[in-house]
Amino acid sequence: MAERGGRGSGGHGSLDKSITLPPDEIFRNLENAKRFAIDIGGSLTKLAYYSTVQHKVARVRSFDHSGKDIENEPLYEISVQEEITARLHFIKFENTYIETCLDFIKDHLVNTETKVIKATGGGAYKFKDLIEKKLGLKVDKEDVMTCLIKGCNFVLRNIPHEVFAYQKDSDTEFRFQTNHPNIFPYLLVNIGSGVSIVKVETEDKFEWIGGSSIGGGTFWGLGALLTKTKKFDELLQLASKGQHTNVDMLVKDVYGGACQTLGLSGNLIASSFGKSTTADKEFSKEDMAKSLLHMISNDIGQLACLYAKLHNLDKIYFGGFFIRGHPVTMRTITYSINFFSKGEVQALFLRHEGYLGAIGAFLKGAEQDNPNQYSWGENYAGSSGLMSTSPDVYPMQRTRSGTFDMFEMDRLERPLVNLPLLKDPSTYIPDTVDLTDDAMARKYWLTCFEEALDGVAKRAAASQPDSVDAPERAEKFRQKYWNKLQTLRQQPFAYGTLTVRSLLDTREHCLNEFNFPDPYSKVKQKENGIALKCFQSVIESLDSLGWEERQFALVKGLLAGNVFDWGAKAVSDVLESEPQFGFEEAKSKLQERPWLEDSYSQWLERLKEGPPHKCALIFADNSGIDIILGVFPFVRELLSRGTEVILACNSGPALNDVTYSESLIVAERIAVMDPVIQSALKEEKLLLVQTGSSSPCLDLSRLDKGLAVLVRERKTDLVIIEGMGRAIHTNYYAALKCESLKLAVIKNSWLADRLGGKIFSVIFKYEVPCK
Amino acid sequence: AENACGHVCGSRAGRATLFSYCRKKKVLIFLLLLPQVFEVLWLTCVFTVAFSFFPPKPPSLAFPWFGMDIGGTLVKLVYFEPKDITAEEEQEEVENLKSIRKYLTSNTAYGKTGIRDVHLELKNLTMCGRKGNLHFIRFPSCAMHRFIQMGSEKNFSSLHTTLCATGGGAYKFEEDFRTIADLQLHKLDELDCLIQGLLYVDSVGFNGQPECYYFENPTNPEQCQKKPYCLDNPYPMLLVNIGSGVSILAVYSKDNYKRVTGSSLGGGTFLGLCCLLTGCETFEEALEMAAKGDSTNVDKLVKDIYGGDYERFGLQGSAVASSFGHMMSKEKRDSISKEDLARATLVTITNNIGSIARMCALNENIDKVVFVGNFLRINMISMKVLAYAMDYWSKGQLKALFLEHEGYFGAVGALLELLKMTDDQ
Repeated sequence: MAERGGRGSGGHGSLDKSITLPPDEIFRNLENAKRFAIDIGGSLTKLAYYSTVQHKVARVRSFDHSGKDIENEPLYEISVQEEITARLHFIKFENTYIETCLDFIKDHLVNTETKVIKATGGGAYKFKDLIEKKLGLKVDKEDVMTCLIKGCNFVLRNIPHEVFAYQKDSDTEFRFQTNHPNIFPYLLVNIGSGVSIVKVETEDKFEWIGGSSIGGGTFWGLGALLTKTKKFDELLQLASKGQHTNVDMLVKDVYGGACQTLGLSGNLIASSFGKSTTADKEFSKEDMAKSLLHMISNDIGQLACLYAKLHNLDKIYFGGFFIRGHPVTMRTITYSINFFSKGEVQALFLRHEGYLGAIGAFLKGAEQDNPNQYSWGENYAGSSGLMSTSPDVYPMQRTRSGTFDMFEMDRLERPLVNLPLLKDPSTYIPDTVDLTDDAMARKYWLTCFEEALDGVAKRAAASQPDSVDAPERAEKFRQKYWNKLQTLRQQPFAYGTLTVRSLLDTREHCLNEFNFPDPYSKVKQKENGIALKCFQSVIESLDSLGWEERQFALVKGLLAGNVFDWGAKAVSDVLESEPQFGFEEAKSKLQERPWLEDSYSQWLERLKEGPPHKCALIFADNSGIDIILGVFPFVRELLSRGTEVILACNSGPALNDVTYSESLIVAERIAVMDPVIQSALKEEKLLLVQTGSSSPCLDLSRLDKGLAVLVRERKTDLVIIEGMGRAIHTNYYAALKCESLKLAVIKNSWLADRLGGKIFSVIFKYEVPCK
Repeated sequence: AENACGHVCGSRAGRATLFSYCRKKKVLIFLLLLPQVFEVLWLTCVFTVAFSFFPPKPPSLAFPWFGMDIGGTLVKLVYFEPKDITAEEEQEEVENLKSIRKYLTSNTAYGKTGIRDVHLELKNLTMCGRKGNLHFIRFPSCAMHRFIQMGSEKNFSSLHTTLCATGGGAYKFEEDFRTIADLQLHKLDELDCLIQGLLYVDSVGFNGQPECYYFENPTNPEQCQKKPYCLDNPYPMLLVNIGSGVSILAVYSKDNYKRVTGSSLGGGTFLGLCCLLTGCETFEEALEMAAKGDSTNVDKLVKDIYGGDYERFGLQGSAVASSFGHMMSKEKRDSISKEDLARATLVTITNNIGSIARMCALNENIDKVVFVGNFLRINMISMKVLAYAMDYWSKGQLKALFLEHEGYFGAVGALLELLKMTDDQ
């Protein structure tokens, strides 16, 4: 990821053509590439293209059951269809390979209508002729800083864990930040050969407010003169081994030991290079490099703070080749900002900092497609993730020369927004446990996902019995996800904060990558069918109970339904061996009250004493028994109380979670059997919506815009979140503006242990916001 | 008892050890120590010694009067030479005291590294009711240890003396003064001294000329001219003191000021880098080289990157985009001269100080920026760069001001404090 020193400015005369590019890994989807952009820096080239991806999706469609015996027919039809979605590809490689890459692109570019390629970066003009000759595209140059800022805005808006603070001496070297809903205004300090300080106020309004000539070029140039070391990376390595106190004059060198009594830290640098004002002494390369690094980092930090103060800004993002993935410079800049701002400002860095220019150039060229009106999501399967290039911290990363770093983003079908009911969107963190922070938990979950992987691959293969290449694809999936897990063991921060959610999402992305869009479709179909058959008897037995007993039975039903979760290993073991494992048996497995987390009494009190809720938003979890025998009876009760219900299901498949389209069919079937549901649907008192997500977990800051609108319109005053993924792995601590109910059965003994319970312990968390 | 220590006074050769001692009245004793005959490195060392046996009889204050500022690189010393000595006083003046006066005023260099800046001498000054001349002397801080050692060898502690000094060295050497030479330092705050000294010198003027000046037409090299500036209304001012490092103060009145920030990129950085890059040994040498060099061979300019002005951001093509930026390339490294490197170092450090000072001035809402400190000594290049930078980047809103006695204000402030302290007694 690092801009490699030495190669940049001069000789690209001898281009290395010996590398071979594996087509299905590097320039993916090139045949459908529509639009190109390129950012050529001092040593690295970043190529961007927009392409369409054809992949399989599972669709469900209701059968026409009129006059048929529905007893032995499946509930609905599943068909696998081809869907075309948009994807942005970014590839980063050393300038040395540019010619090889251009040749490769030319050979694989089949039917593009594009005539121009947007280009930015200092090297763009140097390679202009080469690009035009090789690709036959006209090079259209774009302003470097404009591209950088466009790219920066784009990642800040679309990638939840884009921004991080660097912490030295911490287990969590990278501390990712929650994106503030409003990304503006901010200060971008780009440390290339010089320093540019840009204030960004809106999408299109930014201003160069200052700069400094003391930047990465000064470190490199002056460092090369002082140490006779030519490469930027080597200079950083030298610096990380040196002692600046041999070269710098410190406060204690001037004041002696008495400085503490003056309230000064003796270790502050009074004069950089102040001890080298003599021709008699030799100084080591390491020491001089270290002193130089401190001098430049401190100076930049000081100026950045002065500009931030003058313009009253508290968000400062640092980028440029001086920073790019180098823990050494991130550390010194962080120190400097902290020192000069007296802790008031935090130095922030961006995970995709190296791609900003390419993204921006691409966006410039794609303006007519309005890329900014969509939401985009990082595709974990196709992205390399953040690599640390620090020689000290990660020695294994040193051999990345000649490798290709990739970053892919999928265009999401619908725009995503915050849930309007979040108490404080700027501090909302979906995930309960930060696995980058918690080494024990990280180890457990990585192993857990590793152990489950064979089963997942097997299930994926089995889900497509008619496909000849399914086993081969399943193996590829297994390999890919395995590699991701190994990367995450080494660099837990590679894709932002590591969480159970990100592990699950990465697995879904990898499954999709190898055309397993919905491995559980048939299981879900079957379970939905079985559960529907039981619906009426469940309702009858509920209706026969007194009010208070019924409330408890409803909650128990909701919890029992939640035991059916193919995502949890303990349950899938039981389900694989005992397919008839029933609803009643599940109930009997549940922990007796008092539950591990138990505010049932308060909930009951609320139902008894309080007015009916205006509108409840329910995030459903699993297909089959969960949705049909757990959620729907609960919904029915709410409706009977006069509470409107918005039932939110995933837009796309994830494990055995019920999808929006499946929920429509299920609701339709239930409506036939149940007049309460039927009329509620008709009168729009029960509304089925999609979440915009395809994750087994739930990020309340990225939800379908339509859902958010509806929540506001209906004046939703109750949010119910069920399931381990949505209510424990995520949102366990989420604070809402209205009442909320989080319920789940813990189906993982390690997690149960951690929370102080046993497997199948129950979480029932009813919360009322404090007034 | 007068000659208890037995000393040598050999002022003509420029080597003397002088020791003065007065009885019967409150006396200040200043010792000027000169090193041994065979010392290769000649050291100039001055002790400010104050002690009293009896309460003073105002207004008379005993001579000699010294102020001392021990910085990271240089020791600055001011000496008040009384010119109104009466015959009676002359008679009473002990021999050693007389020798100090004669020695200091009749020489302009003290050994190899001690120098009197004759051109800065303030003539016909009245201080504490006495008329005289103020002399400005400097020598390297690395001579301090040798100096203290000598103080010990000459047994100055028998004088029961108190020394007055400011600057970091006043703290650093306090312990050594006490343990090695058995002498008690009187330490003074360096920023207080700086401001009081500056205000005092400006108020008395520079022998009828103004102390403060600026550059007219700073953005036009051909018409850029030094012009006097009246600093009668100095407040608020941003005071940028460039010694080994940089301190920046916002001064709102005589007693109301705050330290805004500082930078480690100062005079010490310029000289330290120059020594490493060019093998030079002194500030003078470094400046001489810089005067002959061309920094554009070393620095990458905006036009080197964009082919001209960077209009999007309103940057001139001639602006430096990356200091030492050309040095990333081996060919360029092989083609530049030491003079170019010295010049680039000077311009880089100066511009950076200018940037920080300008930002502080904006943040503090101050339009007068006064640059002082020994980095500016004989350094017309830096002063003009600073004058240009203040004017250009602020579109004429900020004014860079300079003072003739650039590096001596701390020492003057120490002298003033010393006189005040004696008054108070």
